Parts: sequence; C-alpha cells; structure tokens
Amino acid sequence: MKRTGAQIIWECLIKEGVEVVFGYPGGTILPAYDAMLDYPSVHHVLVRHEQGGTHMADGYARASGKVGVAFATSGPGATNMVTGIATAMMDSSPIVCITGQVGSSLVGLDAFQETDVTGVTLPITKHNYLVTRVEDIARTIREGFYIAKSGRPGPVLMLINSAKRPVILAGHGVLQSSAMQVLKDFAEKAQIPVAMSLLGIGGLPANHPLNLGMMGMHGEAWVNHAIQQADLLLAFGMRFDDRVTGNVKTYAPKAKKIHIEIDPSELNKVVKVDVALVGDLREVLNEVLPLVAVGDREEWIEHINEMKGDSAVRDIQNLPDTGHLYAAHVINDLWRYTEGEALICTDVGQHQMWTAQYYKHNKPFKLITSGGLGTMGFGLPSAIGAKFAKPNAEVWAISGDGGFQMTAAELSTAAQENIKVNVAIINNGYLGMVRQWQEFFYDKRYAATPMKSPDFVKLAEAHGLTGIRVTQRSQVESAIRQARETEGTVVIDFRVEKEDSVYPMVPAGADLHNMIRRPMPKKPLNESLKHEEEMEFAK
Amino acid sequence: MTAHTLVAYVEDKPGVLNRVASLFRRRTFNIESLTVGHTEQEGVSRMTIVVDTDEFGARRAEANLYKLVNVLRVDNVTTQAAVMRDLALIKVMASAATRSEILQLTDVFRARTVDVTNDSLIIEITGTEDKIEGLIEVLRPFGIIEMVRTGIVAMGRGSKSVSPNPPLVAAQVPEMVS
Repeated sequence: MKRTGAQIIWECLIKEGVEVVFGYPGGTILPAYDAMLDYPSVHHVLVRHEQGGTHMADGYARASGKVGVAFATSGPGATNMVTGIATAMMDSSPIVCITGQVGSSLVGLDAFQETDVTGVTLPITKHNYLVTRVEDIARTIREGFYIAKSGRPGPVLMLINSAKRPVILAGHGVLQSSAMQVLKDFAEKAQIPVAMSLLGIGGLPANHPLNLGMMGMHGEAWVNHAIQQADLLLAFGMRFDDRVTGNVKTYAPKAKKIHIEIDPSELNKVVKVDVALVGDLREVLNEVLPLVAVGDREEWIEHINEMKGDSAVRDIQNLPDTGHLYAAHVINDLWRYTEGEALICTDVGQHQMWTAQYYKHNKPFKLITSGGLGTMGFGLPSAIGAKFAKPNAEVWAISGDGGFQMTAAELSTAAQENIKVNVAIINNGYLGMVRQWQEFFYDKRYAATPMKSPDFVKLAEAHGLTGIRVTQRSQVESAIRQARETEGTVVIDFRVEKEDSVYPMVPAGADLHNMIRRPMPKKPLNESLKHEEEMEFAK
Repeated sequence: MTAHTLVAYVEDKPGVLNRVASLFRRRTFNIESLTVGHTEQEGVSRMTIVVDTDEFGARRAEANLYKLVNVLRVDNVTTQAAVMRDLALIKVMASAATRSEILQLTDVFRARTVDVTNDSLIIEITGTEDKIEGLIEVLRPFGIIEMVRTGIVAMGRGSKSVSPNPPLVAAQVPEMVS
C-alpha cells in the first residue's frame, strides 16, 4: 500500500533515530498527528505553547548532542516557534522544526491559519523548506537532519611561544567540537590561563588552576583585567560577542590575536585578528599541541592571582549572614548541595549571571542557557527537554520570577509527563537585570520593572506538584534536600534580596577594564572562615 | 569602501534569490548590483553581486554566502583578471536634426542602434561601467527618455573557470551526491 506523507514523516524521523518529539497539534498538522498513533516508538510530549516546545527540543539537543525535534501547526503554531528557533540558531543548537501549512492549493491566498513561515524564519534558520509534494518529504527530512548536524551546528607558533602574558578565550566551540581534553593539555603544556565565555563554561573544569572563570560584561574583574593586559589572545571557538569584548576599540589593545573557528564568517567580524585558522577546534588543537613549547609563565599567572585578592573581599560569599537571602548564596548553596553535578538550565538575566559565577561546573554540557539571544522563558522548557535526553541526570531550572512566568505553563507539561525537574525561582519581585540597569544608568527610575507574581508554591500545588518557599538562608539547605528527595517536579520560590545587583559589570559598550564593582563592605569581615571553606570545597 | 565583485554559483530553486538578498540585508551590506541567470550546467544559476565594502567585508560576505545551503561556490573576482560587462538600453530623443549626430556618437562608443522611430532611438551598449557612463553623459543633452541597465556580469579570463576548486556539490548532502 502506498504510504501517506504523514506516515513517511514518522518513518523518516525514526530512521534518523528520533525517540521523542515536542509538539502541539492543530488543523493542518493533524494528519501527521493521526499517523503518529501508529508509531509508538516515538514519544510525543504535548507542550503548552509552541515556544516551550522549541526550547524543549533545544534543551534536548544540547543535553544529548542529538537533533531535537519540535512540531506545530501552521499560522500561529508556527509563529509561536520563532523565539525558540532564533534561540537555538544563535547558540548553534541543532533542532528540526516541522510545521503544517495550509493545503498547497491555498498557499498564498491568505487562507485561515496561513503564515509564510518559511519567509518568517528565513533569517533565523540555517535552512528551511516548504514541502508541497509527498515525494519530497523523505529527501527533505534527510537533508534537514544532515544540515542541522553538520558544519557549525555549525607564524602561529612563534606568537604562542614568545608570548609572556597570553590568555586563552574558550567559547562554545570547545564543547561543540569536544575539544575539552586537548584544551586542557594545551593550556597545561603552554601554561596559559583560560577565560571562559558563558557558553564555554564546562570546557575546562572550574577547579582547574588555569581556569580563570567567566569573562565579559559580568566576568570576574581579574579575568577582564588579564585580557586587557594580555600580549596574546588565543580565541578558541568563540565569536567575540559584544557581551565579551565591551568596547572593541579598547579591547585587549596590546594583544596579538589568534582565532581558531569553524565558521569563516566569524573571522575578522568583530575583532581584527593577526592569525585566523578555520577548522574544527579539536582537530586544529591536536595538530598544534605537539608543536607548542612547554611554557613557564609563573610570573603572569601569579600576577593574575594577585588581582583576585581584591575581588575576594568584595565577594558576596563573604558577607555575614544578616538574615537577608542573597541570590548568590542560593546558587552557591545549590552548587554545594548538588555536589556541582546537576545539569543546570537557566533563563536570561541576573540569576543567569549568578549561576555562571557561583555554580562552578567541572564537567562539560552541564549548563544549558540562552547565551546569544538571551531568551526569557528558556529555563523550564529546556530543562524538561534536557531531562528527556538525560533521564538519569539531576536537572534544575534556575529562573527569575519574570522569565519563569513566561513559560510557566510548561509546569503542566512536566506534570503530565511525570518528569522530575527542579525549579529554583530567584524571586526578587523585579525584572532584576533591567532594574539593575535602571539603578546604574537611569537614576533608579524603575519603569515597569516591579513585578507582582502569583504564589508560586500554590501554582506548583495547583499542578499537583510540590512547592516550597524559602525566605532565609538557613532554610536553603533543607529546601534543596527536600526537592532532591521528592518525587516529581518541585518548585522552590527563593525570596531573595530585592535590589541586589550582579557585579562586576561592564556597562554596555564600555571598556572591558572599566567595571562597576560591588561596593566594599563597610567593616572588614571576621576573616571569612566561610570563604576559605568554600575555596577548599572548590578544589 | 570600494566595489567588490563576487560570483556565486547557486542552486536553481525557488527562493534562492530571496535567501541571498536577505543575507545581504541582514548583514547590512549594500548591494550595488546583482544579476542572476542560467549557467552551462543544468540546475545551477550564476549570480554576479557587486557590493560596496572593504576587504574584510567582502571576505565576510563570501563566508556568509557559503553558509547558505543553496550556495555551491563563491569567487571574489575583484582582484582577479576578469572580464566585467554591463549592458544598457538607452532610449533617447532624436529628431531629424539630431539623429545623425547621435548615430555618430553611437559609432564612436561601438554601441548599436536597435530601434528607430520619428522622434526617438534605442541604443544598446555593452561594456565596462565607465564606457557606458561615458555614452550616457554625451546622450544626456539630447534628452534621455528612459534607460535600463543589467548590472555587471563577470567572468575570469583564461581557459579555466574562475576557480576550479572546490567543485560544485549538490546541496551539501553526501547521499545526494551520486
């Protein structure tokens, strides 16, 4: 019997190894859904909004390294996917989205639920197709999966060996090309400290002595100073995002720059480099590694360590327990009580930066976050997707009160699917990062940033899930333990200090070394035993 | 900022021109001219794109074009030995009194007259942009009624195609290459 287009879709997806898809049915995609019942090997997750579906496919892809698949109907179903598609595109996460379209005889006639979705998504996809004939389905799906997975999902030695103050800038490419080991070998052999981009986190263990931590707008002060003072930057699989460079004109002015990158269009795009190498990072580093001289840069590394001293006393970890709950405390405690092993998915904003600063990942692929697009509402759905990819992993979504509400409907998906992810809401009653900008740059005129939220504990309970409220630091540990031990998804509403800010901060477009720092504590602290204990743990 | 000429081989499929044009829009490149037409190879179209940018910009445009799945090959012929031609049709007012003078000028520019009426001529000229602009300037005083230009098409000199490598690969999908 001749197979229908709908049957071909499922058979092709199964052939590509698809086990789970995230979708939302509707009129034009209904034939595919009808056929789906005959292909029980594919598990369909009914999402609550198509944006959530694409984020889940994205989270699934990032956690598994496989292609994530999302389904939607035509028109509004397809346009609801746009944010999720753009998010995945910016961070080179491989997803395939399949939408219905009105009947081919109606295309172009403004039919009910018709949107030119290939036109709408053209600039935010690597490629897209309008398929109007059954015989094109199989080839298109095969091509689509191939394209999603391939490419960018997408005088050198003299410079390296003679540099006295080199810094490696490790980006997402380290993880995407699985160059973790060779990066470590390279850094250790040449004795070059490594600064991480947000998406590069996990590319080198956080507790590695050469790992400086995150660079850029909310990078640690010593990292940004090291970059500004460097005589050589080695950019590995990163793209000099404006959040990483600050003012390009004053960026690392004394440094020669070597850029290794798989996407040639990224070379000389933002920062003009002295040497550009196009290729898979792991392959290139494997070739370069034997040729690099064993380095001795003790002086430089010591100098960077000295710069850390000043930062430590400003660190919020050293603030005495005043009964206030700080977000940094929460995230640091979460790191501690999950032994640094949890898979963390975040939204965008203050909590995201605190997560990057205080959840110290020693392993790769443990932080899933919208780096390039900065998408609110990404945390919970990407966590659900990640959990499908890694059912045995401990998965936490960390969100702000604003971002959480953007896709909070997906709690219902988690409940229906009986999926266990834990949600930590860093609830400060504001759109925190925007409020911070208003505090610093708009004279504390808090326009439209104070935000009233529902009772998140009751919201969780309304979904048949567990909700916990935490208002003091002394409650953090037991809440985290309870969440870890409870069956099913748990939502913790952390009522943190309302007007705390992420430090340091390089104002947008400012010089990387001109950071706003956390004000010094008024009294010197009683020699912060707590801090040393944490440092001990970090080792 | 100078004019850079890129030759792109693309799949002859619906929407490809849109993708290329959209790419230049999104990356804020200014297209001076863009021509597209069939090639000697079935299913492959050839675009000549002139963009106003610097050397880095041209390289970035080339690299970005390669990111489009339908783009098979891109050559920057700006600094290569290449023949570049533009074609123009110019309709100019021509009375009995001025016609012979216009025809003489046309001869000097090795242009052709392709249509004659009592009060107008259509002149066809092929050549470099400079040459065409030269003719336009001398015709302007007679009164240009309308004009159309194709934009530049370019081809490398010599018996080889502009660059023999990389070869054209269909759709970048291994199974599709037979």
